[in-house]
Amino acid sequence: MNRFVLPLTIFAVMVGFLAVGLTLNPREIPSPLVGKAAPLFSLPQLHDQDKVFSPDEMKGQVWLLNFWASWCSGCKTEHPVLMQLAKSGEVPVYGMDYKDEKEEAVTWLRRWGNPYPIVAVDAAGRVGIDYGVYGVPETYVIDKQGVIRYKQIGPLDDETVAKKILPLVKELRAR
Amino acid sequence: MIPEIGHFALILALCVAVVQSSLPIYGAAVGNSALMAVAKPAARGQFLLVLIAFCSLGYAFADKDFSVLYVAATSNSQLPLHYRLAAIWGAHEGSLLLWTFILTIWMFAVTLFSTHLPDTMRSRILGVMGLVSMGFLLFMLTVSNPFERLIPAAADGRDLNPLLQDPGMVMHPPMLYMGYVGFSVAFAFAIAALLGGNLDAAWARWSRPWTTVAWCFLTIGIALGSGWAYYELGWGGWWFWDPVENASFMPWLAGTALIHSLAVTDKRGGFKVWTVLLAIMAFSLSLLGTFLVRSGVLTSVHAFATDPKRGLFILAFLAVVIGGSLVLYAWRAPRVGLGGGFSLVSREAMLLGNNVLLVAAMGSVLLGTLYPLFLDALDLGKISVGPPYFDSVFAPLMTPAIFLMGIGPLVQWKKADMPDLAKRLRWAFGVSLVTALALPIILGNWTPLLSLGLLLAIWIVTTALVSLRERLAHVEGSGLMARLMMVSRSYWGMLLAHCGIAVFIVGVTMVKGFETEQDVRMNVGETATIGGYTFRFDGAQDVMGPNYTAARGTFHVSQDGRDATMMYPEKRRYTAQNQVMTEAAIDSGLLRDLYVSLGEPLDDGAWSVRLYYKPFVDWIWGGCLIMALGGVLAVSDRRYRLAWRREAQDVPAATRTARRKVA
Repeated sequence: MNRFVLPLTIFAVMVGFLAVGLTLNPREIPSPLVGKAAPLFSLPQLHDQDKVFSPDEMKGQVWLLNFWASWCSGCKTEHPVLMQLAKSGEVPVYGMDYKDEKEEAVTWLRRWGNPYPIVAVDAAGRVGIDYGVYGVPETYVIDKQGVIRYKQIGPLDDETVAKKILPLVKELRAR
Repeated sequence: MIPEIGHFALILALCVAVVQSSLPIYGAAVGNSALMAVAKPAARGQFLLVLIAFCSLGYAFADKDFSVLYVAATSNSQLPLHYRLAAIWGAHEGSLLLWTFILTIWMFAVTLFSTHLPDTMRSRILGVMGLVSMGFLLFMLTVSNPFERLIPAAADGRDLNPLLQDPGMVMHPPMLYMGYVGFSVAFAFAIAALLGGNLDAAWARWSRPWTTVAWCFLTIGIALGSGWAYYELGWGGWWFWDPVENASFMPWLAGTALIHSLAVTDKRGGFKVWTVLLAIMAFSLSLLGTFLVRSGVLTSVHAFATDPKRGLFILAFLAVVIGGSLVLYAWRAPRVGLGGGFSLVSREAMLLGNNVLLVAAMGSVLLGTLYPLFLDALDLGKISVGPPYFDSVFAPLMTPAIFLMGIGPLVQWKKADMPDLAKRLRWAFGVSLVTALALPIILGNWTPLLSLGLLLAIWIVTTALVSLRERLAHVEGSGLMARLMMVSRSYWGMLLAHCGIAVFIVGVTMVKGFETEQDVRMNVGETATIGGYTFRFDGAQDVMGPNYTAARGTFHVSQDGRDATMMYPEKRRYTAQNQVMTEAAIDSGLLRDLYVSLGEPLDDGAWSVRLYYKPFVDWIWGGCLIMALGGVLAVSDRRYRLAWRREAQDVPAATRTARRKVA
């Protein structure tokens, strides 16, 4: 090949890879927890400190566990998607208020709307460690047996919900 | 109102850029001087408009105008003024504005210092730069507008990322961008030369000072970033081979190769095609860096908030600018003649070796940086490439490059005599070898790498001395001082920059060989000893900053029973974002740094504490500073000042032949 065209060729190949790279998410690392039992916990509820919430209560149901916080901007981005999901009643989304101040979390939900039947409080982030959370928001799909089937890192959007989450939920329910 | 003025100024600047990038280039092609004359006022007008935009954004920050989305997102009412102003480049949109602003500064500088250039050349250069700025203005106005309003206004801002609230971070981006964008001048010169078909020695001479200045800024910018990582991140490291660091390092490597290649083109009329390619490469890598940081294709600690639309825009822009220039290169370069021949032992050959090694190093950094992306794109799994890879490919490539660096300045152009060279350098080599072997043994820790590092550093310095001695023998003048004064500044600049590398190598080698660290739990009153220094922990108190609260530890440091210093590391909690930051305490010295950072509070006032003893670590940044100073010295050479005027009548015969039209 002509040596003067070589730089152009190398560059073209690189652009190709970069273009593919744009469609990928490097932060999306396959979670080793997928296919394993969801780590157990028993945490106080945000709106009723005397009550606790535990994944045990959800056995027999397919549900979503959403880690969020009032200080997280991605959570605000995904919030309308969760509201829509809650309204549709397709699948229950339980909240996990992650490393947050209680008052601010309550205010946030009052201001923007509360998509969660129950919100558990993980003030110190210990449960987050068990679930391998490395940034909020993160969302887990958990099946009837309490096994994690999918992990979403970063905000949920309409497309992910329609194409990934809901079909998966349907499939898990049918099992 | 003010933000709208800024927004409007950007729109006008885009219109000017469209004119600047089309009419002058067309004018140069058809030989219409009226069209070519548009370039200069257009470039100056664009500078003024972007300046207005930049000041408008600065005003919005100073005025705490939280109805501007960008201001609300990156500042806070409690943030001190100087950091509010630095917040202009604290995130994506504003840093793009800074990028564009700096590009227009360079354009303005070109209009000031280009009176000696032929009209066609100047209009093409400014036209190409206008094209680049058009892309960036379009990028801002379509998907990254810094003046976007937030209605209703936020009550208070979300604050600048606490990591960036630091003097080093205030200066790091402007310096780095001056370097990145500065390469656009060399790029524009190369494209203009390809368009005009006259790749001659004069073109190289004009490009040289611009390239060197950009390189100096980039060197300082990288050093500042590395220094910041060292004292701000609290783990005592100074370089992590993070994708974003690599993104700044690759243009530096290409730029360094370019500086050397330009010297050959200037002096000997050789390497023309290669020089053009390097000029394109240096700026392309700057653009690639911009893409990597902002598109989210790689994970990095530095990456900006990402948005696929932005990534797509920059990628398209990259494809047009780099792809376009490489097409032009493939089309035009074959017609450029080769320079004069040279033998295997000659300065040309040494510089070629230097170029090949630097570009190979750049390529291996590029490969390592993009490798995770390649694998992911081919669905072969997710991996990350870290320091082990980079360390193991980088050192073997740099070792011969540095060996050549010592010899290069001593070798004649065209053809040199090997035995003669060996004779002239035998003392330098002997001294370097013996010192490099003996010194670590005396210091009590011999490792092959330690000796190798010292060998290279001492080799650079001893060969520089040999070169200087020979140079002095050839200049006229009575007395040593008079002869030292006769040596040209560009020669001093080269020696100084090379010695900067030596200083840098000493720093890296000594830190790697002799640093010690301790992770300890310290109760109040307890002591720990490291590197001959005893640290006593006197407890931690709560202190209030303007926009943070902190626990400040007090450490009493003594050496051999005598008081040495007091150190106050902090653990800060920035209130607006509720982020915890480690503020290490560092006692710097010429021969060693003491470094203390607070970990986590434990029971009863105890803390987990990290102590480092880092010998010669400041030489790393000192070396970079010396390199940059060398560059400044080289640019201040009277040759460049005089060259403006005597360009036409005083071209040496050798270059005159090389100056023939190519097309």
